[in-house]
Amino acid sequence: MELKSNVPEGALAEKWTKYRSTMNLVAPNNKRRIDIIVVGTGLAGASAAATLGELGYNVKAFTFHDSPRRAHSIAAQGGINAAKNYQNDGDSVYRLFYDTIKGGDYRSREANVHRLAEASRNIIDQCVAQGVPFAREYGGLLANRSFGGVQVSRTFYARGQTGQQLLLGAYQALSRQISLGNVEMYNRHEMLDLVKIDGKARGIIARNLLNGKLERFAAHCVVLATGGYGNVFYLSTNAMGSNVTAAWRAVRRGALMANPCFTQIHPTCIPVSGDYQSKLTLMSESLRNDGRVWVPKKKEDAEAIRNGQKTGLDIAEDDRDYYLERRYPAFGNLVPRDVASRAAKIECDKGHGVSPTGLAVFLDFAAAIERYGKSRAHSLGLHNPNAAKIRELGEKVVEEKYGNLFQMYEKITGENPYKMPMKIYPAVHYTMGGLWVDYNLETNVPGLFALGEANFSDHGANRLGASALMQGLADGYFVIPYTIGQFLSKEIRTPSISPDHEAFATAEEHTREQLQKLINVKGNQSVESFHRRLGKIIWDYCGMSRSAEGLTKARQMVRELREEFWKDVFVPGDMDEFNPELEKAARVADFMELGELMIIDALDRNESCGGHFREEYQTPEGEALRNDKDYTYVAAWEWDDNDPVLHKEELQFDNVELKTRSYK
Amino acid sequence: MKITLKVWRQKNIQSKGQFETYQVEANEHMSFLEMMDVLNESLIAEKKDPVSFEHDCREGICGTCNMVINGQPHGPMKGTTVCQLHMRSFKDGDTIVVEPWRAKAFPLVKDLVVDRSAFDRIIQAGGYVSVNTGQAQDANAIPIEKDTASDAFDAATCIGCGACVAACPNASAMLFTSAKVSHLAQLPQGKVESKKRVQAMVNQMDDEGFGMCSNVGACEAECPKEISIENIALMNREYFGSVVGSETSV
Repeated sequence: MELKSNVPEGALAEKWTKYRSTMNLVAPNNKRRIDIIVVGTGLAGASAAATLGELGYNVKAFTFHDSPRRAHSIAAQGGINAAKNYQNDGDSVYRLFYDTIKGGDYRSREANVHRLAEASRNIIDQCVAQGVPFAREYGGLLANRSFGGVQVSRTFYARGQTGQQLLLGAYQALSRQISLGNVEMYNRHEMLDLVKIDGKARGIIARNLLNGKLERFAAHCVVLATGGYGNVFYLSTNAMGSNVTAAWRAVRRGALMANPCFTQIHPTCIPVSGDYQSKLTLMSESLRNDGRVWVPKKKEDAEAIRNGQKTGLDIAEDDRDYYLERRYPAFGNLVPRDVASRAAKIECDKGHGVSPTGLAVFLDFAAAIERYGKSRAHSLGLHNPNAAKIRELGEKVVEEKYGNLFQMYEKITGENPYKMPMKIYPAVHYTMGGLWVDYNLETNVPGLFALGEANFSDHGANRLGASALMQGLADGYFVIPYTIGQFLSKEIRTPSISPDHEAFATAEEHTREQLQKLINVKGNQSVESFHRRLGKIIWDYCGMSRSAEGLTKARQMVRELREEFWKDVFVPGDMDEFNPELEKAARVADFMELGELMIIDALDRNESCGGHFREEYQTPEGEALRNDKDYTYVAAWEWDDNDPVLHKEELQFDNVELKTRSYK
Repeated sequence: MKITLKVWRQKNIQSKGQFETYQVEANEHMSFLEMMDVLNESLIAEKKDPVSFEHDCREGICGTCNMVINGQPHGPMKGTTVCQLHMRSFKDGDTIVVEPWRAKAFPLVKDLVVDRSAFDRIIQAGGYVSVNTGQAQDANAIPIEKDTASDAFDAATCIGCGACVAACPNASAMLFTSAKVSHLAQLPQGKVESKKRVQAMVNQMDDEGFGMCSNVGACEAECPKEISIENIALMNREYFGSVVGSETSV
C-alpha cells in the first residue's frame, strides 16, 4: 500500500492558502443533501460538528457521555498556543511551526504543522468572539504565559481551566447548531463498528448505552474525533472513560494506526500513592513557569524525607540539586515534557526520590512566592516589607495564577503547596500516535477522517505543552470544513446512504456477537483487574524507557493476558440494558490489541526520539539518540492479529534542517 | 477504616428502589469514588450487580459524578465534587448514605445514574453567542476590563453537574441557568443578544419541569465550583429588563 500524504505543491508558507483557494467546493444546495457523522464531542469533534453544521451539511454527532460537554478536553489546564506575537517577543507563525517540529523531534509532517501554526491565530479570535473568558491584563488585552520547549510567551489561558472554557465555547457553538436543526445530537451512544460500502466509510454501528440496543447510522462520510489511547496504561491523566474503541474498530476495518509507540509521559503529575488508585492527576505544565524542580543532592537527605524524618523545607539551599536548571541552562525548568520526565526518572532511579515509594521529585514555589511578593509590595508602595508580608503578597499572586491547581493538589494529597514544595512524578498524559491521515485529515479508508488526538499528524514523537488544544480546534474549526470538500465534492450524486444495506446488517451482527462473546465468558476475574495488569505491563516495558529485550518479553505477556481475558473475564448483566461493565470490557479488549501493537511499533523503531526512549540508543550524556538515516518515517500499521503489516510514509524535510535537539 | 454504606439501588425508573447496606474496607487516602470501586469489585467477585454510578475525569472538572452523600450533593466538603472528596473526610466506623440526584427534571436511569439532558436543552435554547466560525475579528480588538473578564470567568466555571438542582428544595435550575446567562451577559461579545437569550433559556428551564427559586441559597452552598447566587440576581435583572424593553410577549 502506498501512503500518499497529498501535501500540496508550493512553498511551505503558501501551501495551505493556495490549496484552500483552489480546492473543490460543495455548493450550498448540495450540502443540504449530504450527511456527515462526527464521533466524539471534545474540542475537535464539537468544533467540527458545529462548523460543518454552520456550512449547511446534515450532521449527526455522537458521544458516549451523557452530554457533549463532558469530553475529556474539558480537563486540559494550562493553555493554548497561538502565534499572535501580542507580546512582541519575536514570535511568528514560522517560529511556532519550528518549535513544534523540533519539539516533536523531527517526526511530524512539515506541511501539516505549518498549517496548524497558521490556524492558531484564528482560533484565539474565534474563541474570544464566542465569549471564552481568557485571562487579561489590566489594559484589557489578552495575557500570555510560557510553556515548555519554547522561549516566547504565546500561551493563552483561562486560569488553570483553559480546556474547560474552550470546550464550553465549542459545546455552545454545537448547541446552537443543534437548536437550528443542523446537527442531530446522540448522547450516550458509543460507536462500536465502522461500516464500509464499496471501500468507503458510510456509517457506524453505535450502542445506545441507556438500553443496550445496537443502532445503525448511515452517512456520506465519517469523522472520528475520539481522542487518544493513554488509558491503555490503566493509570493515566485521562478520564476513566477515555478509550481507543472507536478508532480501533476503524483499524479493524482497515484504517492504519500510525506511530502507536509515541506516547507522552507528562513530567508533573501527582505521584501514585496506592494500589487502589484509579487515575492520576496532572499538575499543569504552566506551573513550571514559576516552580523550580529539585531533589536533595545527598541520598541520605532523600531517604530521611522518604521516611518522614525530614521535609523539603529542612534541606538547605546548597544541598538541593535543581537538576533541570543544571543540565539544561538555556531552557531550565521549561524543557519539553519528554526531557523533563526522563530527567525525573533518572534522579529517582539514582535514589534521590522524595516520596515513600521513592518515585517523586519536588516542584517548589518558594522562590516565585518571594519574587512576586517583592514585586507586588513594590507596586503597592510598601517600603521594607517584612518576610511574612512578602510571603503573604507572593502567595496571593501565585493563587491568582494557579489557585485551582493548588487547591486540587491539596485536596488530593492533604498537603498545602503554598507552604510545602509539591511532590510530582511523570505520568501518561497524551498519545501522539493515532490514525494515519493525509494532508486532508483523511485516513487510508476513503471517506473516513480523523481529527485531534485521534490522528497522528502534528506532534511527531513529543507534543509541546498547550498544543493539544490548538490542534483539536484547528482541525475542527479551520481544517476539516475545507478538506472534507475534497471527498464530498465527488459524492454530490450519491443519494442518501441506506442503513438497510447489507453491510450494516453484517456489521451489526458482528458487533452483537462480540458483545455476546464477552458476556458468555462468565469467568472469575473482573474487567478492572485485567485492565490493571495490562497497564502495568505496558508501563513497565513500553513506558518511559524501553529495550528490545523488555519489549519482546512484554509482547508475549500481553498475548497471554489477552488469552486469559477471553477465558476468565466476568461481565455481569446483559447486553440489552444499561451496563457500564460491558462497555468497559469491550474497551479493555481493544486496549489489549492496541497495547500489543504499541510494543511491536516500539520494537521496530531502533532509535530514541521524543517520548520513545530505547535504552540501547542514547548519547553518553543519556540524551535520546535519533537515527535519521533509517527512521525518518511514519510507521503506519495495518492490523493483523498474527503479524501487523508495516507501511512507511517517508517524511520529507524541505524547510527545516534535522538537528540533534538541544535544550542546553 | 471500616465503612458501612447505605446505597440507593433501583434497576430502572419503572421499578421501585430501596437502600442496600454494604460493608467496605477503605483507607483514608482513597477518593470516595475509589472506595465505591472497591465496593463494586467486591460485588463483582460475588457475581452480583455492581452499583451504577457516573464518573469520568476524577479531577473535579467534567461534572459527570453526582451523588448525594449523607444528604448533601457531593458530600460534606465545601467546593468539592464527589471525585475529589477523600475518605480522610470520614471516620472509621462511619455509616454513609448514598443517593442519586432527586429531581423530576432528572429522571433516574439506574441506581445513582440520572438523565441530566435537560441542562443541554437549556443551553441549546440560547446559551451561546451567535457567531459562525471564521467571522471573528482580531481577539484584541475589544479590550475587556480585567475584573469584568474575571467575573465572567467565575460564572463560566460551572461544570453542569446539577448539584444546585439536587440541593434545592424546589429542584430549581436557576443557579445553572443564571451562570451561563451571567457569563455571556457580562462580556461585550455576549451582550448583543442577551435579551433574547435570557428569555429563551428561562422559558426552556420552566418547560423542563424545574421548580421556582425561593431564595433558599442551598444551590450556592452545595455548588462544587462555588458559583455565586449573585448570578441569579443578575439573571433576574436581565430577565425583567428584557421583558420591559421587549416587543415580544413572554
